[in-house]
Amino acid sequence: MKVLMFGWEFPPFNAGGLGVACYGLSKALAKQGVEVLFVLPKKIDCQVDFCRLIFADKNQIDAEKILKAAYLSPDLYGKIAQGLFDGRGLVDEVQRYALLAREIAKRESFDIIHAHDWLCYRAGIMAKEISGKPLVAHIHATEFDRTGGHSVNEQVYAIEKEGFIKADKIAAVSNFTKQKIVDNYSINPEKITVVYNGLDFQETAHNFYNSLNLGELKKKFKIVLFLGRLTLQKGPDYFLLAAKKVLQKNPNVYFVMAGSGDMETQLINSAIDLGIADKVIFTGFLRNENLSKIYQLADLYVMPSVSEPFGITALEALGHGTPAIISKQSGVSEVIKNCLKVDFWDINEMAAKILAVLQYPILSQTMSQNGETEVQNITWDNSATTCLNIYNEILH
Amino acid sequence: MPSVCLYLQTHQPFRLKNFSVFDIGQNQEYFDTSANKNYLERIARKSYLPTNKLLLQLIHQHRGKFKVAFGLSGVLLEQLEESFPEVIEDFQKLTATGCVEILAETYHHSLAYLYSAQEFKTQVALHNRKIKKLFNLQPKVFRNTELMLNNQMAKQIEEMGYKAILGEGADYILGWRSPNFVYQAKNGGATKLLLRNYKLSDNISFRFSCRDWADWPLTAEKFAAWVRGSEGDGEVVNLFMDYETFGEHQWEETGIFEFLKNLPTEILKYPENNFQNPSEVIKLYKPKGELDFPNIVTWADTERDLSAWLGNKMQKTALENIYSLENEIKKTKNKKLLDTWRKLQTSDHFYYMCVKWFADGDVHKYFSPYESPYDGYITFMNIFNDLKLQLK
Repeated sequence: MKVLMFGWEFPPFNAGGLGVACYGLSKALAKQGVEVLFVLPKKIDCQVDFCRLIFADKNQIDAEKILKAAYLSPDLYGKIAQGLFDGRGLVDEVQRYALLAREIAKRESFDIIHAHDWLCYRAGIMAKEISGKPLVAHIHATEFDRTGGHSVNEQVYAIEKEGFIKADKIAAVSNFTKQKIVDNYSINPEKITVVYNGLDFQETAHNFYNSLNLGELKKKFKIVLFLGRLTLQKGPDYFLLAAKKVLQKNPNVYFVMAGSGDMETQLINSAIDLGIADKVIFTGFLRNENLSKIYQLADLYVMPSVSEPFGITALEALGHGTPAIISKQSGVSEVIKNCLKVDFWDINEMAAKILAVLQYPILSQTMSQNGETEVQNITWDNSATTCLNIYNEILH
Repeated sequence: MPSVCLYLQTHQPFRLKNFSVFDIGQNQEYFDTSANKNYLERIARKSYLPTNKLLLQLIHQHRGKFKVAFGLSGVLLEQLEESFPEVIEDFQKLTATGCVEILAETYHHSLAYLYSAQEFKTQVALHNRKIKKLFNLQPKVFRNTELMLNNQMAKQIEEMGYKAILGEGADYILGWRSPNFVYQAKNGGATKLLLRNYKLSDNISFRFSCRDWADWPLTAEKFAAWVRGSEGDGEVVNLFMDYETFGEHQWEETGIFEFLKNLPTEILKYPENNFQNPSEVIKLYKPKGELDFPNIVTWADTERDLSAWLGNKMQKTALENIYSLENEIKKTKNKKLLDTWRKLQTSDHFYYMCVKWFADGDVHKYFSPYESPYDGYITFMNIFNDLKLQLK
């Protein structure tokens, strides 16, 4: 079986979970004997041994600039992109990707097309029209998740919906997301299969044994971690409000916010206004060893997302043996049990649970041990198997 | 001539309120009165009231030949007296027939036996007093929480004046022997053991509505044939189960009431069969031998041990903590504090902290007020810390 897969970002050139998911899934598919042709819109300096990477646009670009594109609204993107992609808007860029995809589809041979998120749907549809091969539209986040349901961009919505309609099957990262597609895009639920994300535990465990210098901070203080883009969808503002309540009860806690995003300035100001600026650390975007280090450094991981289609970071935290509190408004809460769950808006409950984990060592030990065990069974192999079932269902 | 000994355990805990770290030291209530009333209302309506009515009818219909034994925990009776006195009246009508025996147990459905001999005895005495007051009965046979049993307990029960104790007919204790005889425990004094026939009991309480089960649908006729089949392989078939089996664990729609309604007739169709209560069983049948229960055996899960209550560190810590307050609490001579402390000992609080339920199905989640075992631990520990503050 040969799959032509359209993605937008790929580690190490990724700004979030989409790249991680594409990497994990293609690797696991390859392991199960699927030949993956992975298409990226722009040339990046990246090599993998499990699949062939195809760059739609052969010109090397400034990779740092491409990173943010997958997660921005087109308006914001237009302002930030600053000449990237020839200065045109993101929607134009998506269209351009589709035109390049047509050439690739003519040139390559494959059995099935698999496109990730709206950025790649036009490319997927174009490839389907040229080749006549079936299309799987994989959805990692909808426009409703990115915007919290406010000011949904109509062009993006239209492309998403077109992708869902023209696809032969849809893969959604959770039931939470599946329901959103049914409700907001009027798609028949029978067309949608849930493909949960996974965790590369081996890789996580490998990093775990790196030597660590935890620093002076750990001697006296507990560390509570937020890790994700600093944007509305991820609920960083709720994290700060809960931090305020925790600190009123227990001042020996540091709150680390790892990530970057459009709310960064607002959050820094908000920490000052709340009078907790001395206890909140902004690290910027972290990757690789630093990412691993911060997970291990943390006594607790909190994912307060307002709308989280999946939430791979929760798996990563558990994989590092860090207990987690996760938003009920998330896909990952459908797959993990050994954690605490809260409504993102319930600041009191979030703060109370943070305090409990910090205060009761037996609780945090038990959560950590059971969480780490549980997460080992949430693998990309499972995700790949489900994808293969979808492929086979369409082809036979 | 196989006798059938039917014992129904009836218990509901005082569940705790969602008590956060922020509630500590704020004079907040511990028990969720309204939620407990709601649980009880549902269980009374679906199970206790219809089953009591049916049992009474069966006792009259069979003119004393149908008998049943009950375990009624003190914490349940207290809640019923408060919110559903009509259920108490039902039980009084049942005991008045002379065909119903009530067994002794710890008032608080606790694990006190494991932590404090003194407290254990006190709770058994409190239960005795309650049964005397409500039903004018003096229990003669003992049953510890969740059918806990070991050699030493059998001995201690004898010293407390009881003739027999109920236990689980676990395979790893019985080996080749049948559960359908009266036994004694090694070094357990004269105390008789009545062991649960878990296969036949679970055929009703767990498998009754299970459509994947080869014997589904289960009829009273089929069940009576199984009981009769144990002739020669025993003298008494002990059917021990939760009272909530009828109408709650097995809903009315499964036909469970129809089954119960026909069961006595079908059992009694064979003239050699009869129903006997525990006190009568030990008079009728001599102990068949001695069994060794070196460790505590319970009726829970597949392990038949204490791991559902003491299987993880959260449970151990919570239990150790609550019992560590015994002396301080007793020193205060404050009745309300003492009562609260005892209600916090009810085994359910620790059962809710069990993380085994991924493997054991969702039995542990049944009637649990918590989203996860971790939430159960947090609430309990917050309340424990609040109680501790009150002692200062």
